[in-house]
Formats: sequence, C-alpha cells, structure tokens
Amino acid sequence: MKLIHTLAVTTALAAVFAAAPAYAQTRIALVVKSLGNGFFEAAARGAEEAAGELGDVEIIYTGPTEPTAEAQIEVVNSLIAQQVDAIAISANDPDALVPALQRAMQRGITVISWDSGVAPEGREMHLNPSSNDLIGNTIIKLSADHLPDGGDVAILSATATATNQNIWIAEAEKVLPDYEGINLVATVYGDDQSDKSYREAQGLISSYPGLKAIIAPTTVGIVAAAQAVTDAGKIGEINVTGLALPSEMAAHIKSGASQSFAIWNPIDLGYSATYIAHALATDAATAEPGATISIGRVGEVTIGEDGQAAMAEPFTYDASNIDEFATIF
Amino acid sequence: MTDAAETTHRHIPDRLDNPIKSAVLSWETLLVLVAVVIFILNSLASPYFLNAWSLSDLTFNFTEKAVIALAMALLITSGEIDLSVAAIIALASTLMGMAVQWGVPTPGLVAIGIGVGLACGAFNGALVTGLKLPSIVVTIGTMSLFRGISYAILGDRAYGGYPSDFSFVGQGYVWWVISFELVLFVFAAVLFWFALHRTNFGRQIFAIGNNAVAAQFSGVRVARIKFVLFCLTGLMSGIAAVMLTARLGSTRPSIAQGWELEVITMVVLGGVNILGGAGSITGVVLAALIMGLVTFGLGLLNVPGIVMSIFIGGLLITVIALPILYRMWRERRA
Repeated sequence: MKLIHTLAVTTALAAVFAAAPAYAQTRIALVVKSLGNGFFEAAARGAEEAAGELGDVEIIYTGPTEPTAEAQIEVVNSLIAQQVDAIAISANDPDALVPALQRAMQRGITVISWDSGVAPEGREMHLNPSSNDLIGNTIIKLSADHLPDGGDVAILSATATATNQNIWIAEAEKVLPDYEGINLVATVYGDDQSDKSYREAQGLISSYPGLKAIIAPTTVGIVAAAQAVTDAGKIGEINVTGLALPSEMAAHIKSGASQSFAIWNPIDLGYSATYIAHALATDAATAEPGATISIGRVGEVTIGEDGQAAMAEPFTYDASNIDEFATIF
Repeated sequence: MTDAAETTHRHIPDRLDNPIKSAVLSWETLLVLVAVVIFILNSLASPYFLNAWSLSDLTFNFTEKAVIALAMALLITSGEIDLSVAAIIALASTLMGMAVQWGVPTPGLVAIGIGVGLACGAFNGALVTGLKLPSIVVTIGTMSLFRGISYAILGDRAYGGYPSDFSFVGQGYVWWVISFELVLFVFAAVLFWFALHRTNFGRQIFAIGNNAVAAQFSGVRVARIKFVLFCLTGLMSGIAAVMLTARLGSTRPSIAQGWELEVITMVVLGGVNILGGAGSITGVVLAALIMGLVTFGLGLLNVPGIVMSIFIGGLLITVIALPILYRMWRERRA
C-alpha cells in the first residue's frame, strides 16, 4: 500500500515537472466561422470569462474574414505552428476541416468542435448547444410557465419535412403528459416563409377561439405568429413562444405579444467550450463516451456514444434580458 | 584576334540601359527586398516562424492559387483576363466528387479534374475568340455558370470519400518538409518561365498585349494564341482543383470562393501590367511568396483576417505606386 502511494506521488510529481516547463499557460484557441459576427463575439466573451475563472489560460480568439473552409484551414495552420494547447472550433465545413485538424491532433493539440461540428475523425468531441429532448421539453415549458391553469396550445412549425423541427415536435409530444392541463390542439406548417406562416397563425387564431399559446420552434414562424397576434388584437390573450433570435423578437417582447422565448446562449457556449478544451488539454478529462466534464457555472456535460455532448437546455429570453442580447445576435 | 576592318566599326550597344542598373531597379528586385523584409519581420515578431514545419505549412497558403496565377499572368500579359478560375475549381471538384461515387480510382479522378478545367478554359476561349466578346464579360458569365452547375448538382450536400492515395496530391510530402504541392508549383513555374521568356510563343504573347492589331499584321495568329492561353488557364485551374480537393478531402459548391481576386492580386503584385504587354513569371512567383509570407506571418500573430485584407490591399497599392512615384520624382529632377 505504501509502495503504491509512493509510486503515485512520484508519478504525479513527474507529470507536473514534465508539463510545467513548456508554458506556464494553457493556450486555447477559439476559432469561429468568421470574425465580426455578434454571436461569436459573445462566445468569445464567455471564453474570456471561463479563462478568468480557470486562471493561467490564454484565449486566442481568431477566425477568417470570409466564412469559408479554405480560410479557416489557414487559421488552423497558423495555430498549429504556434503550438497552441487546444483548438475549439465552430467549423465552416464539417468535412473539409478534417485533414487540417487531424494534423493538429497528430502534433499533440487537443481539438474539439462546438456550435457547428466537425466530422468525428477530425475532433475529440463536439459540444452541441443543446439536445433534441431538451429543446422539445423547453418549448412546452415556455408555454406552460405562463399558463398556470392549463389551456389550448398550437404549434406553428417550418416545413412538414424539416428534420430538426420534426424531431423537436416529436420530443415535445413525448413530454406533454408531464404538463397537466396543456392541450396541444394542432400542428400547422408555415414553410419558414413569413407570409405563409402569418396566414397559418391567423388560421389558428380564428379556428381555436380558446387558444392560449402559439409555439413556433422556428425564428421565421415565431415572428410571423407574433405579428398575427398583434394584428388580431389578441395581445395578452395568446402568448407566442418558441425558438428565435433575440434581435428579431425584441419588439414583440416589449409589446407583450411574446412573454418569453428560448435559444442557446452564445456566451455560455464559448464559456463551456473553453472549460472542456481546458480539461482535455490538461488531461484532467479524456474525451471518451461516458466521460463527464465540469463546465463551471453552467454545470457539467456527459459525452455520448457518438462523441457529442449537449451543453444545457436553451436559454430563456424575456423582458429582463432582451435588451442586452438583442444587440448581440 | 581582331582585324583592322572591325575595329573601325562604331560600338552599338545591344540595349540602351546599363543591364546591371536596370536589374537593380527592376520590379523583381523590389519584390525580393519586400519578401526579405517581411521574412525578417516575421522571424522577429514570432518565435514560431523560423521552423521547418512552419515554413512548409506556409507554402500551402499559396501554392494552389499560385499555380493558376502562372497561367493568368500569361493571359493578362496578352491583354485578356479570366474571372471564372475559382468557379472552374468548383465545377472540376464537383465532377471529381461525382466520379468518386461511381468508384473511379485516383488516376481517373486526376484526369477528370484536369480535363474539366481544360474544357472550361476552351469554352471561355471559344466565346472570346470565336464570338469576339470581351473576356471580362464572358468570364463573369461563366463564373456564375460553372459554379451554378456545381450548386445544381450538390445543393447543400458535400461529396467525400476520396480514396486515401488521392490525398497525397494535396497533403503528401515528397521529402521531409517539401510538399508535393510545392514541387508541382516549382516545376510549373519553371515551365511557364521558359514558355514566356525563352520561346517564340512568349514573344508573341508580349506582342499581342502591346498591340494586337500590329501583331496580327506581323503574322501572329492572335486568336489562336489567345484561345491556347484560355485553355492553359483552365488547365491550371483544373490542376489547382485536384490539389485543393485532395487537400480538403471533400467537395462543396462553395469551394475556392473568391479565389479569382486573390489570383489576380498575385499577378498584378508580380508586376504584370493589368492592361497587357508586360510582365514576368519571376515577379509572379515572388508575389505569391510574399502573399504567403504576409498571411502566414500575420496569422502567427493572430491578427484578425480583416486587418490582413487591409494589409494586402495596402501592399498592392504601395508596390504599384512606388515605381510610378520614383519615375515622377526623377522626371521632375531632370
């Protein structure tokens, strides 16, 4: 027992001495699709916040001017030459970045993707902002939060064949029994076109006089539905909610047509990507299915069988924070 | 051994300028100086620059574009231009990707890439020389046409699954840090230098660029040479498509977006007169190297891409303006 203890201490010391002289700092590169995009600027803010908490971490926030794979490869090549410790990338192309990122991994650099993923052979793990079941639950919860006595709700989706929306709606229907009194009366399709979504929302308002909420898990649909509710003079009677960009929904939050809606929070995304990259680069964690990694104030993630992890349920935006985020994305 | 008759002849020089003086004041000398200065600045600014692998990675930033720039230099010297080169890459890469799905092996893929490039170039050349249309208009049209076909075939999908020996073309190393792409570029540069500066074909390109009508009356087959130059530009774009596709290991219709302007920047920075009639392959090779040094050097310092674009633009204007300013200064003094 004592022998094992001594061995463990010696190994730990050796590891510290072997790791220490190279750099005092862990250098993590946050590579984005293109610079000058509010969403990614916000992610960089989150990354800096995480670096401050972790200590001894330098964030290199970089990316090309044009959102192309070729330009991003040039950025990755220069990061390889700088011998950074980790690259956390939101990729412009899931396949074209693979050879360059494989080269980075061969030279001992930790590579993860976030937001927009890379094919499995080009990264150690991928961080999704959320997961289908979390999104499905959130869109129902958003409507239920403002309906303490329950009521009729309807879904206004994109096209009938839209893969993402169909998965989210299927997940939403699964959790429906958990929300007592919430009654899903119809699912209609606005094809992600403003005018068709507007007409479908009008149809819902007239067909279901007792309708209490319209849930649109698409940013085109939610804006059109909010406009239809406003034009029908139903503000306060029908709450419009779902997934949307804060900048597009700011006016409808202020008018009251929408109480709240959700989408991922880019600040948390950059923050969490930094925590994960740091844990993998310092060998505090290994990127393997089942591994759990702490992501600071956001909680923790567990890597799934497919090498992907989901950060958290979508972040809720309402009158209290819409002004701050409307300027970001 | 000289005889009396010859010594009485007046000495007539082969050229009016002192060859040493004109070499020192040449565009190429200026470019070498710029390259050396940037190289030294890079070495001082970043501890990671002077490293065999870094320098090798640097070459990947320009080899594919430079391969096209060699042919584009000849085309612009003759007074024409081709804006469709990046779109040719997209179409050639898309058809290579399609061939992969049918199980075509590497040699077949390379042949398809080069063949499509050549065919696109011939199409441009036929429209310009056959219908006597301005090349800038024709190639703006084919730029949309070629890339449009790629989008029609692929949409938002991607082709992948290229055979593993195919990737050697874009990622392989011939010896140590010397990449296959670099060897291919150097080989092509030597061929183009010889063609432009040491053959009748090259002299005729300069003649056409200076005065196409005079060249025509001097017996130069202007239309045929221009057609050959368009084919050559298409061919080199096809080769670049093979290199880039092999490096990326996949094809999307947005591949090589915006490269036509970077290729033309290289050519103009290399001292080729955008109006035709003057230029050198040495200059274009140096310009390609400078652009690689600048983008990689600024990348090592994590300078944002937009600053890089500003720097390249500034460099282009400076290098073009300097000789003109010098000439004006000399004329005023004289």
